[in-house]
Amino acid sequence: MRGGSNVTPALAAEHGLTEEEFDRAVAILGRTPSLTELGIFAAMWSEHCSYKSSKIWLKTLPTTGPRVICGPGENAGVVDIGDGDAIVFKIESHNHPSFIEPYQGAATGVGGILRDVFTMGARPIAILDSLRFGNPDNPRTRHLVSGVVSGIGGYGNCVGVPTVGGECEFHPSYDGNILVNAMCVGIAKADRIFYSAAAGPGNPVIYVGAKTGRDGIHGATMASAEFSSDAGEKRPTVQVGDPFTEKLLIEACLELMAGDAIVAIQDMGAAGLTSSSVEMAGKGGLGIELDLDRVPLRESGMSAYEIMLSESQERMLMILRPGSEAETRRIFTKWELDFAVIGRVTETGRLVLRMNGGIAADIPVEPLVTAAPVYQRPWRRRDPEPDIDPALLLDRDPFECLQRLLASPTLASKRWIWEQYDHLVMGNTVKRPGGDAAVVRLLTGGKALALATDCTPRYCRADPVRGGAQAVAESWRNLTAAGAEPLALTDNMNFGNPERPEIMGEFVGAIEGMREACLALDYPVVSGNVSLYNETNGNAILPTPVIGGLGLLANVRNAVDLALKRAGDTLILIGETRGHLGCSLYLREIEGSEAGPPPPVDLAAERRNGDFIRNMIRAGHVAACHDLSDGGLLVAVAEMAMRGGRGVVLDAPPRDLPRNAYLFGEDQARYVLETADPDTVLEAARAAGASARAIGAIGEVALTLPGAGAISVDALRAANEAWLPDYMAQV
Amino acid sequence: MKAIVVIFPGSNRERDVCAALALVTGHQPTRVWHRDTTMPESDLIVLPGGFAYGDYLRCGAMAAHSPVMREVRDRADKGTPVLGICNGFQILTEAGMLPGALLPNRSLRFTCRDIHLRVENNQTIFTCGYEAGQVLRVPVAHHDGNYTADSDTLDRLEDRGLVAFRYCGPDGAGAEAGNFNGSARAIAGIFNDSRTVLGLMPHPENAVDPLLGGTDGRAFFEGLVGALQ
Repeated sequence: MRGGSNVTPALAAEHGLTEEEFDRAVAILGRTPSLTELGIFAAMWSEHCSYKSSKIWLKTLPTTGPRVICGPGENAGVVDIGDGDAIVFKIESHNHPSFIEPYQGAATGVGGILRDVFTMGARPIAILDSLRFGNPDNPRTRHLVSGVVSGIGGYGNCVGVPTVGGECEFHPSYDGNILVNAMCVGIAKADRIFYSAAAGPGNPVIYVGAKTGRDGIHGATMASAEFSSDAGEKRPTVQVGDPFTEKLLIEACLELMAGDAIVAIQDMGAAGLTSSSVEMAGKGGLGIELDLDRVPLRESGMSAYEIMLSESQERMLMILRPGSEAETRRIFTKWELDFAVIGRVTETGRLVLRMNGGIAADIPVEPLVTAAPVYQRPWRRRDPEPDIDPALLLDRDPFECLQRLLASPTLASKRWIWEQYDHLVMGNTVKRPGGDAAVVRLLTGGKALALATDCTPRYCRADPVRGGAQAVAESWRNLTAAGAEPLALTDNMNFGNPERPEIMGEFVGAIEGMREACLALDYPVVSGNVSLYNETNGNAILPTPVIGGLGLLANVRNAVDLALKRAGDTLILIGETRGHLGCSLYLREIEGSEAGPPPPVDLAAERRNGDFIRNMIRAGHVAACHDLSDGGLLVAVAEMAMRGGRGVVLDAPPRDLPRNAYLFGEDQARYVLETADPDTVLEAARAAGASARAIGAIGEVALTLPGAGAISVDALRAANEAWLPDYMAQV
Repeated sequence: MKAIVVIFPGSNRERDVCAALALVTGHQPTRVWHRDTTMPESDLIVLPGGFAYGDYLRCGAMAAHSPVMREVRDRADKGTPVLGICNGFQILTEAGMLPGALLPNRSLRFTCRDIHLRVENNQTIFTCGYEAGQVLRVPVAHHDGNYTADSDTLDRLEDRGLVAFRYCGPDGAGAEAGNFNGSARAIAGIFNDSRTVLGLMPHPENAVDPLLGGTDGRAFFEGLVGALQ
């Protein structure tokens, strides 16, 4: 074909390719690329699609285990849960688009992660969302919260998949870059998983779903650069979602997947038709030829460049067994979706695009995929923060502090958010949002899944290694507190500009900590997503490696939650309390300081204490359980009290620690449980080597503490529930 | 008891209502696709929750003109009971099979949570599983559930005992306190004149299992199935 004489290094730079990367593309082709080819190279080699800054570090994470059917590299991870069933799950970010256009950005984030899951043959059964916004006082924040929440709800509610859990935090570091991470979980037959590798030269390549329009062109390259203050001008790069079409696409794909028509399937996500066709060809070691004149278009006059880079939503690419086109067409016509044979698999190893009687692109696939740049970016570790001595802090009134903490943006009830999500549709939600983990019943075998998302970004900023380990450990704890066995996780690595050594150092450190925790807890990473360049005008977000955890309950009836159940029961604290206040929420909200190192993470203690908790729950000794995290012991007890509508009579704090360090310290590997049988639990803890001690009894309507008086649970609940609705009601 | 559940493109609570019916009858109801021209004989027709056709127009407006609705209306006219839940209720009002309309919630937000309902009339096939005045806790999950009608229609509904359920507080009193979506006279569900068609916004089908947080919806299906057997 003719070289695109008008493609210059300057144009390549506008597409986000460095000079060296452009030279490499020219060398691969043996000529100057055409504009369409340039667009394809730029998209495939963008940070978003190529993971060029993160790849070498991601490889160090443990990704295998006896339950893992498919680890990272496919559309989603796949885990064996026995009885012939498999769980398919993944988390993905839609940070950049959600900041520019919050409703559509968040909605299409949900749409994209749903497609990643049902592409593999799974019916989506749960969505979770992990959200981070800027300072509540920032004039933009309220608008972003409102748009993101209605976008997630608008999409998930309409497709009829329950949004069962998640988290939401506020911090000024997200003022210019909010985080919208969505996780989807689906169920499939373990022997009916669909993959994306093309096979069978001559097989037809099929396009199904919605038509292609001009929306979302360059979404992947946008997500691979930091914002300047003109972020609003990038609005045309945000896609527009249509959950109704997605619902039809789910039903049509699952109907087709019940038969044998599909050889390979891939959703069109970031970089649309480009990445889906290149990835399918690349994984199969084959070529693909597409006739772009046959692509169903929403607008007339679209160029090959636009068709290949459109990120229009609700589209899939499939390779079919020859002869199954008619049956496939029948199913997609029934669901009123577009269906078109747009090409075929070839043996040439080349991606060839034809349009208007000419050739718009002709690229060898293998080097496009394997010669993608990989960077070992320089990185630097931050100096450790000096310890905080709690004895130097004022001895403040604990209940006053508690009330302030419960009304702080981080701990305030997120009911205003999750009541806008249909968390009950499908009729399997056993434990609803607002607890440690959501629990979703499976229809066969009496089993259930526990699901949670976690990260403590302030820990990750102060000490990325510890913060990374803590995020994994807290996820593992949350699943454990529901009674589940943690099986595997998906990670969403949200960081700033990796070209800055201190940011790359945060990334490298977080991976190191995550790796240690994953290994110690037998908790492999099976899928994930990296979102870099989350910074504006040089201000980066707190490092935020979000962990999406999957746990299994062999018996759904064993699931416990945090609501206190019976007056007279005993509260037992599991795990060592050392009063660590560095980097704590108490320090930030009450003392106004973000100083100090995060709490140490003792992975052996995590394992020992968590295994003990799970055994106690299975044995039926636990009426309620809650893991300790933000805000420490007193916050955890208050949350249990508010959820159960019951009070607690706490014993006097130990004398060897400052009172508020005991009550609000964030030492790890700890849980509070409610039991009617304290002797049995304490004896079992001794035998298991888990630190345990009774700390109080379930009472009536108030929380009481010797030396601090009492506070009514209703008053605490009022403070906890009021903040977010009040904030959102202000104009 | 033979039940049919009509599936529109965009229905999404059909599984939930099928499971609730199966729990009580011991067998799955028949699912009918909205384009099917023939509908088997049945003792009950259910229009389930969801977002038929995406509800990009007014909720239920497109589905009300779906071919299957002609048959549903004919059957209803001949006395076959029809139950519309949530989106099904919206479709029944848009189809003119029930009076009034469902506006966006007063908050203008989608709301999913448990609410309390008072049984206003238990002398019908749909509500005979309950005591009159009984208070139920069941979930809602909708954006457009704010029932409205002109005052003559509302008076007529009240006078003829056609109000099926009203939102209320946990103790059954204080209708306005429980009226989270702003419905006229706190109405959550209504019958047609012959009380063989019921539309309601809440989801009794999501309250049939103690594991899932409540069983107050179970008597709804037990009463209905018992009455039709």
